[in-house]
Amino acid sequence: MNVTIVDYNSGNISSVINSFREVAKDKVNIDVTSDLNKIKSSDKVVLPGQGSFKSCVDALNNISGLVDTLNEFSTNNKKPLLGICVGLQMFADVGFEETETKGLGWISGKVSKIDNQNGKYKLPHIGWNQINIVKDSKIFKGIENNSHMYFVHSYEFIPENKNVISATTDYSSNIVCSIEKENIFGTQFHPEKSDKIGLKIIDNFINL
Amino acid sequence: MLKNRIIPCLDVKNGRVVKGINFVDLQDAGDPVEQAKIYSDGGADEICFLDITASNENRDTIYDVVEKTSKKCFVPLTVGGGVRNIDDINKLLNCGADKVSINTAAVQNPEVVVESSKKFGSQCIVVAIDAKKNGDKWEIFTHGGRNNTGIDAIEFAKKMEDSGAGELLVTSMDRDGTQVGYDIDLMSKISSKVNIPVIASGGVGNLDHLVDGIKLGNASAVLAASIFHYGKHSVKEAKEYLDSKGIPVRI
Repeated sequence: MNVTIVDYNSGNISSVINSFREVAKDKVNIDVTSDLNKIKSSDKVVLPGQGSFKSCVDALNNISGLVDTLNEFSTNNKKPLLGICVGLQMFADVGFEETETKGLGWISGKVSKIDNQNGKYKLPHIGWNQINIVKDSKIFKGIENNSHMYFVHSYEFIPENKNVISATTDYSSNIVCSIEKENIFGTQFHPEKSDKIGLKIIDNFINL
Repeated sequence: MLKNRIIPCLDVKNGRVVKGINFVDLQDAGDPVEQAKIYSDGGADEICFLDITASNENRDTIYDVVEKTSKKCFVPLTVGGGVRNIDDINKLLNCGADKVSINTAAVQNPEVVVESSKKFGSQCIVVAIDAKKNGDKWEIFTHGGRNNTGIDAIEFAKKMEDSGAGELLVTSMDRDGTQVGYDIDLMSKISSKVNIPVIASGGVGNLDHLVDGIKLGNASAVLAASIFHYGKHSVKEAKEYLDSKGIPVRI
């Protein structure tokens, strides 16, 4: 099996690479590339993302044919794809970080700044927070409700259809922190930095 | 609910731990990778390396340490010390650091913070503020505490937030190494001035000091070095103590 981590100059992805390789060991091949043919032929794709919504969308668009390839992979071929942090946020129709920016539009909704309630909550939301699992997700196999995950973000994904939400976390309000829509998965938290429990989520995705 | 973080810090010189945990079962007490792994297995919420390598020719040793650590520890790794420019930040991130802390360079050239947070995202830019009390205010020191800049630490903290820093690592130079506790006044003043998380550092001698840093200093995270060295306290003990005092921690 081949799992491809999409390398599209979205910032620091070494931790994502290290964690997937740790879990995959020699059983699964982990590719790190923006090569369109490699993405097309892989079994699963990981879409990481750091920095702003706009910078990540711009970086995707800068690689000719990449968005079309990802669309085909996830929407037409329905192969499993995992978005992490801004990688998840880009599933939305639109994001409002820096300026209004069109997303991939795979899951209807928007990405807006977390309401810090006039400074009551510090932003970014940095650190370990518990997840409240609201529906069974294949990537949560063996993960207990209220497990701690590592977060770093100031913006939240607000999907129109709440049925896609698989977990939320409590920070100012119930923030969407995991989604599953058919073959599309996403986590707002960083499984690659969430210790053994995070590696378990990666393992679940690899073994889908 | 978001948990307060405990961050053990290791001083690394020429690729070796200067002070560290002194456990009998340690293969090599000077190996930063092995020590970081013990901390992360023990429940550390993040790991911090402070590179205190003095000579330029040995600077590259930290990259090797970061690369090896990031393949074994799957909690966030912050690296600071000698970070001068975007290139240094880029190299550390590529080796597997999750955050880079900038001290002297941020004071000398705040544009580094603006540029790096734009390029890599605020989430990985920590500005380290070394402050010392002078009369009724605190002044910024650079170059590992040797140079007094006369810059007001609280104003500077605000400026760094506006420049794009994702977190502030605030160290009291008066308290550092004294083990008498954090400078609570300094921590709470900076924490109430900015809307980004503050990590308290400098002066921890016992577990109550960690409690004070969070409860009185309003720090989001507490960094400590020596109380975790030589096995005085484990990270697990520290967390259980904070938990018993009603502080939310990840256990």
